[in-house]
Amino acid sequence: MNFRLLSFLFAAVTMLLSTNVFAAAPIKIGALFAVTGPAAFLGEPERNTAKMIVDEINKAGGVKGRKLELVSYDTAGDATKAVQLATKLIKDDKVVAIIGPSTTGETMAVIPVAEKEQIPLISCSAGSKITDPVKKWVFKTAQNDSLAVGRIYEYLQKHKQTNVAILTVSDGFGASGREQLKAQAAKYGIKIVSDDTYGPKDTDMTAQLTKIRGSNAQAIICWGTNPGPAVVAKNARQLGVKTPLFMSHGVSSKKFIELAGDAAEGVKLPSGKVLVSDLLPKSESQKKALVSFVKDYQNHYKAEGDHFGGHAWDAVMLLKNAIERGAETPSSIRDQLEKTRNFFGIGGTFNYSAQDHAGLGKDAFVLVEIKNKDWVIVK
Amino acid sequence: MQFDQILQYTLSGLSTGAIYALIGIGFSIIYNATGIINFAQGEFVMLGGLLTLSCLDLLKLPIWAAIPCAVAVSTLAGLLFERLAIRPLRQPTPINLVIITIGGSILIRGMAMLIWGKDTHAIPSFSGDDPIAIGGATILPQHLWILAITVVIIVINKFYFYHTISGKAMRACAYNRRAAGLVGIDVRRMVLFSFMISSAMGAVAGIIVAPLTMIAYDVGVMLGLKGFCAAIIGGMSSGIATVVGGLLLGVLESLGAGLISSGYKDAIAFIILLLILFIRPQGLFGKADSERV
Amino acid sequence: MKRELLKFVAFSVFVLLLPLQFKGGYLMNVLVFVGINTMLAIALNLLLGYAGQISLGHAGFFGLGAYLSGILTTTYAWNPWQAMPVAAIIVGCMAYLIGFPVLKLKGHYLAMATLGLGIIIYIVFNETVDLTGGPSGLSGIPYLEAGGIVFDSDVKNYYLIWGITLAVVLFSINLANSRVGRALRAVHDSEVAAQVVGVNARLLKVQIFALSAVISSLAGSLYAHTMTFISPASFGFNFSVELLTMVVIGGLGSVYGSFLGAALLTLLPEFLRAAQDYDIIIYGGLLVLMVMFMPGGLVRGVPDLFRRIFKSRGGADHA
Repeated sequence: MNFRLLSFLFAAVTMLLSTNVFAAAPIKIGALFAVTGPAAFLGEPERNTAKMIVDEINKAGGVKGRKLELVSYDTAGDATKAVQLATKLIKDDKVVAIIGPSTTGETMAVIPVAEKEQIPLISCSAGSKITDPVKKWVFKTAQNDSLAVGRIYEYLQKHKQTNVAILTVSDGFGASGREQLKAQAAKYGIKIVSDDTYGPKDTDMTAQLTKIRGSNAQAIICWGTNPGPAVVAKNARQLGVKTPLFMSHGVSSKKFIELAGDAAEGVKLPSGKVLVSDLLPKSESQKKALVSFVKDYQNHYKAEGDHFGGHAWDAVMLLKNAIERGAETPSSIRDQLEKTRNFFGIGGTFNYSAQDHAGLGKDAFVLVEIKNKDWVIVK
Repeated sequence: MQFDQILQYTLSGLSTGAIYALIGIGFSIIYNATGIINFAQGEFVMLGGLLTLSCLDLLKLPIWAAIPCAVAVSTLAGLLFERLAIRPLRQPTPINLVIITIGGSILIRGMAMLIWGKDTHAIPSFSGDDPIAIGGATILPQHLWILAITVVIIVINKFYFYHTISGKAMRACAYNRRAAGLVGIDVRRMVLFSFMISSAMGAVAGIIVAPLTMIAYDVGVMLGLKGFCAAIIGGMSSGIATVVGGLLLGVLESLGAGLISSGYKDAIAFIILLLILFIRPQGLFGKADSERV
Repeated sequence: MKRELLKFVAFSVFVLLLPLQFKGGYLMNVLVFVGINTMLAIALNLLLGYAGQISLGHAGFFGLGAYLSGILTTTYAWNPWQAMPVAAIIVGCMAYLIGFPVLKLKGHYLAMATLGLGIIIYIVFNETVDLTGGPSGLSGIPYLEAGGIVFDSDVKNYYLIWGITLAVVLFSINLANSRVGRALRAVHDSEVAAQVVGVNARLLKVQIFALSAVISSLAGSLYAHTMTFISPASFGFNFSVELLTMVVIGGLGSVYGSFLGAALLTLLPEFLRAAQDYDIIIYGGLLVLMVMFMPGGLVRGVPDLFRRIFKSRGGADHA
């Protein structure tokens, strides 16, 4: 009896020792996502993806023999909390880099902290002003709104639909979209004939759409995230609005089709390529990453991987690559991140440089249309 | 063209307003029986919608069976809320009651988040989505359901409060709780009833509006707030005045969005409400001496 | 009065020595916000606890202070020390003017009016994009600076914010014990009786409303200069409700109660973080339990609890 106990203890001690001796301390990566609150639709897939990918990297032996450790906090979409938690990650958890936050507002609030403490921040939010002007320690993986706007305007210009009505949600996402929609209109010869907003929690947008119906708009662009745009699509159908309806990449997931039902038919929107990964040609350079991401997410969470999760995927992989190239300290990670070239991620092909910390080109978006409750690529 | 637009604004506003009215009446019923402003009222709206979803998806019930089922469960939740949170309160000052209902609403919302997740869910309409033209405006069959059900509920409400013993007893509590107790009315039971009735009404509001607006664990806050406004305009009456309050709020919002500015539509509605309050501090329909001390 | 002074000195020493415990760790940052929230809770408590007037729109005044400071220092490049009092004066005047019609209302009508006011202010923050930056917020607000010291770290901010908070605490205690404080309590108990003994109840209510707004605005300015970024989401209806909760949980009509309430509600999420997605349930449940078992707020409930534990122990000894 005693002998068995002794041998058990012996085995336990050797195991403990061996892990201590052979594995170097893990590399700590911080993550700030809005897992609860109004931006949970961003934060939840982002956190899930980040966890998933870090687990996978560790299962495959980590990065250069060291495991990654993800320290993830929920900001609830609150800028004050995001700042506090960023401080916590840096001061208490001593992370080498931070991924997130999920929304532009939170990111803008966290930037001064990252700059001051000199910790690389890879934001997962879309606002152009995050990396424009370039900030030394701040990168981003989410595609700029301006690219999405460009995609829609290009299409409209080609089809000579130059009078446009815009309907944007009055939160950070909608405001940033509205800014870009207005700023780029002239470049594409587009005239905004009606400019309306709706509240994030509004339940009826027929008033705005009735007003738009009374204008001479040839296209309606709605900029928001679920469920608002689904209500807009339904209301437009109710009012018999025949004007073509465009949405933003904020609703590029199956959820939108599910919510809007029949009203979603014929809606066009710019989307990251993850949505149509199976439709992409084999020659597409991102295809390998996209297909594996979608498959993994499906296996782990029994849900469709969307491009929000993709932002976190890209952020973790960019970090991993930087560390693989020999970076260990926050400052060397920053330098290596800036040297990233031709990284084929979920959001697009990343090329960071000293002048560009957003790293994506116009090809990051494709224009898709909803037909028979599924996506088709608009040529 | 302009007339058609205004007709559309008004019709849209009326159907939104009907929902505010239903929620508002729920506020008033509890307030009149207990003096409590129940900040958890909006959560029962959310519960109604989400429970219907579960009845439809999980239990595979047809819609006519799912609705009473969801209302029954919400009513039960209202009962539990009163029993577990309101009744045991040792010092029921109005302000403590406000905080406890705020705490309760956070609790209910949190549980809903864990049960149903953070996603928004869609619920099918009761009878199709084909628009109906009225003049130059269009509405959906669901809007007719909303208006019809609101009318039915108000009629039932009226009948209950004026023609049944327990309804009359509840009114007695509203006038004077001590006196009601003295003549043998079980006041505590009336309080419990008031919570059950208003949670049922909130749930009904949630169910009939969900096909139009979709439903998620966090929709209760905004709807509750609007319902509260409707009740205030109506002077905390549990009858027609609150209905008028709700409809007024809905139409003001819709007209404000269409004619002035969509971004400021809530602000416009609130400015008008403030002006009404400044001119008539006792509420739109209140008599000057109706303040309850 | 002497006891009050002793209490205040003890409190100040506690506050000033607290940082030694944390050595610049992350909790320092949270404690800075405890300071700001304490100021806000005291402001609301003056109105609610002393004068008996509810407000569901105080986040609006807080936000006005933050935005006025933010806009003046960024767009117009003012010195923060000039912007702060100017913001406070503007907010105070606004509150004073709006106070006359608003405070004529009573009970739930007053709640409704202040709620509406808060929401209108919030919408204006969101919609005046050219001025406030709209929903995406206003960034690049400068740190405060005094005598060559830039208040850019948590420790420095802690002493700055708490220095001002302590001043607000002292001021409020003095106010409560002055003639004004007694008049306020008279208004709270019975407005008619107060009028009869010669208190101009209406003017007094408006004045305290304005004062409360000024303190909130000051807290807002400080918030803007420590965060260096503000967005409308921080000043919505939810925050008004949170402030109300702080005051009630802490204890109505007690300055130290406001501190306890603010500290509890600001620190609680930090301790609940381990519970992950369950934190919202625990938070809601705690609120309900607190009101149930400490209806007089922390400031009365905690000593009560000690007394009860002590008593029951005494009982056990006898047996």
